[in-house]
Amino acid sequence: MNPRDGLSRRGVVVKLGILLNAAVGAILAVPIVRYLLSPVIRERRAGSESWLALGPLDRFPAGQTRLATYRNPIANSSDGETANIPCWVRNVDGEKFQVFAINCAHLGCPVRWFPQSGLFMCPCHGGVYYSDGSRASGPPERGLFEYSYKVEQGKLLIRAGALPTPGSPVPSLTNISIRRSPCA
Amino acid sequence: MRLIRIAGDWLEQRIQLAGPIRETMEHPVPRQTASWAYVFGSAALTVFMFQLVTGILLALLYVPSAAEAWNSLQILNHDVSLGWFIRALHGWGSNFMIAIVLIHMVQVFLFGAYKFPRELTWLVGVLLLLLTLGMAFTGQVLRFDQDAYWGLGIGASIASRVPVLGPWIVNLLLGGPIIAGATLSRFFALHVFVIPGSLLAFVGLHLLLVLKLGINEWPMPGRIVRRATYLKEYHELTHKDGIPFVPGAVTRDLFFSAFILLSITVCALYFGPFGPSGQPDPTIIQTVPRPDYFFLWLYAVLSLLPPSMETPALLIGPVIAIGVLIALPFFSGEGEKSWKRRPIAVLTILIVAVALGAFTRLAGNAPWSPVMDAWSGEPIPAQYLKGRTALQRQGALVFQAKQCHNCHELGGVGGRRGPELDRVAVTLTEDQLIRQVIQGGGNMPAYGKNLSPAETTALVAFLETLSPVGQPPAREASRK
Repeated sequence: MNPRDGLSRRGVVVKLGILLNAAVGAILAVPIVRYLLSPVIRERRAGSESWLALGPLDRFPAGQTRLATYRNPIANSSDGETANIPCWVRNVDGEKFQVFAINCAHLGCPVRWFPQSGLFMCPCHGGVYYSDGSRASGPPERGLFEYSYKVEQGKLLIRAGALPTPGSPVPSLTNISIRRSPCA
Repeated sequence: MRLIRIAGDWLEQRIQLAGPIRETMEHPVPRQTASWAYVFGSAALTVFMFQLVTGILLALLYVPSAAEAWNSLQILNHDVSLGWFIRALHGWGSNFMIAIVLIHMVQVFLFGAYKFPRELTWLVGVLLLLLTLGMAFTGQVLRFDQDAYWGLGIGASIASRVPVLGPWIVNLLLGGPIIAGATLSRFFALHVFVIPGSLLAFVGLHLLLVLKLGINEWPMPGRIVRRATYLKEYHELTHKDGIPFVPGAVTRDLFFSAFILLSITVCALYFGPFGPSGQPDPTIIQTVPRPDYFFLWLYAVLSLLPPSMETPALLIGPVIAIGVLIALPFFSGEGEKSWKRRPIAVLTILIVAVALGAFTRLAGNAPWSPVMDAWSGEPIPAQYLKGRTALQRQGALVFQAKQCHNCHELGGVGGRRGPELDRVAVTLTEDQLIRQVIQGGGNMPAYGKNLSPAETTALVAFLETLSPVGQPPAREASRK
């Protein structure tokens, strides 16, 4: 046996060792990546988006727009007050409601309702919306985000659970989670 | 003394680093690099070390939980002796670090130090700049107050605009569907482990490259960089006319670093810590979120871009900017180094500096934000009400009650989202005023549905009085 044979045998063993480590790494990578992506595939978890009560109907008088708050459906003790989410409830005519997200459709700052002028104004970049949530002026490219609602046993319920953003406004959230299922 | 030498020898016998360290310290550098223009890199390193130390001190008491973080900052500020001072040092240290890194980058750019063979040093430097900005943003989040909370919302809104992947990126960024406990935890991990770890590694690489390739020589007009000859020329420069780094060039670095640390300390003592502002409770909507100083220019850009341009600018702008920085050393890796013969380089720096400065200054008074309480908190100046008719005064009341004052300035108070109205009667006729109020337009909401005819009449009667003494109000040309 000449030295070159020994060397090449040693070389093969080293390569095998590296290969073994790469294989173990690849196997470990699967659960690690799955763990890192858990916020994305969380949508499958039951209750991440659900019907939440905003309170009895008489808290929202006809023709007025009032601030309401709800506790996010998925919340734990480390969330503290950040899981309390506000929204604007407009009682259009005693029958029909509109529930707007607090977040401006531009960059998510909290819009404020001014009943005197019937406008929502954003303190950040000056986005303004009419009382029905449609865009009035400023940088937003669309109207306010709107939650779907229903009335049950004298209570107003909305479907919520995610921060609405220009790329993922509330109404299409359900569609997104449907589209998401095959990937997850 | 003898004991120290024995201990030193004992250690050296085992570590065997004295030789390489001495060699590194005494390596020859070009004579002219012993200059105040070359102190910013070492100062950035000093401030980075300073941030590591003060950051660890803060981590002793900071609680990275959305329910507790704000309280733990209050405890640091008020209950722990000198806790406020450590917070102030870390906050001011971050401001100084960004400023010094930027100045260092400008100096390197103007001195042509990114050219052959130091391309990789520049690329690592670009990465270090991005990591430093990442530290600034994540640090602002850890100061978990109202600004941090809504700042995260802004970050999420920007990220969500990425085509197709937007919603996924938002959830990854926030660690869930809303800004909450998981969000703060992951920004804590980024600010305390991931980014500082990367910074340490790449600062090490950056320094290694500086040592291997040598400090950039003082650029002389006409001394052209050529790949074929540069290394030989640099070797001659350092070995024939060079000085040892220690003690030749390092003196100014030491003095400047000490000066910077002293400045941070003085700022921390005088100005105190940054915030925290109000509690991170999203149901408190009486808030006017503002970004930290170094992101104010971005705040201005986001307000001033036309809406249709915004998403492309937000998504493509950073890619182009980083792409240009990466391409720079490959695009102009050779040639003239001196800023005296590189007018475009000097102009670029000037334009970027003026633009960033102007945007930052503009964002300081944020004329695009409505003054949310002007309608109830800023009365109409008395001179606009004296000697007016009842109808005109009623109009002034409408002006306040309908929040016109939130966006329109009168007598120097109120919002500046819309034009100031002190002389509106000179530029608009009565009919034009009525149309503007009712139909809006030009970035003004239409008030047609929210004003009764009587209110509109009164409001326009008031606006008609707003012309300076001696300047007649605008009249319809056809109605002489």
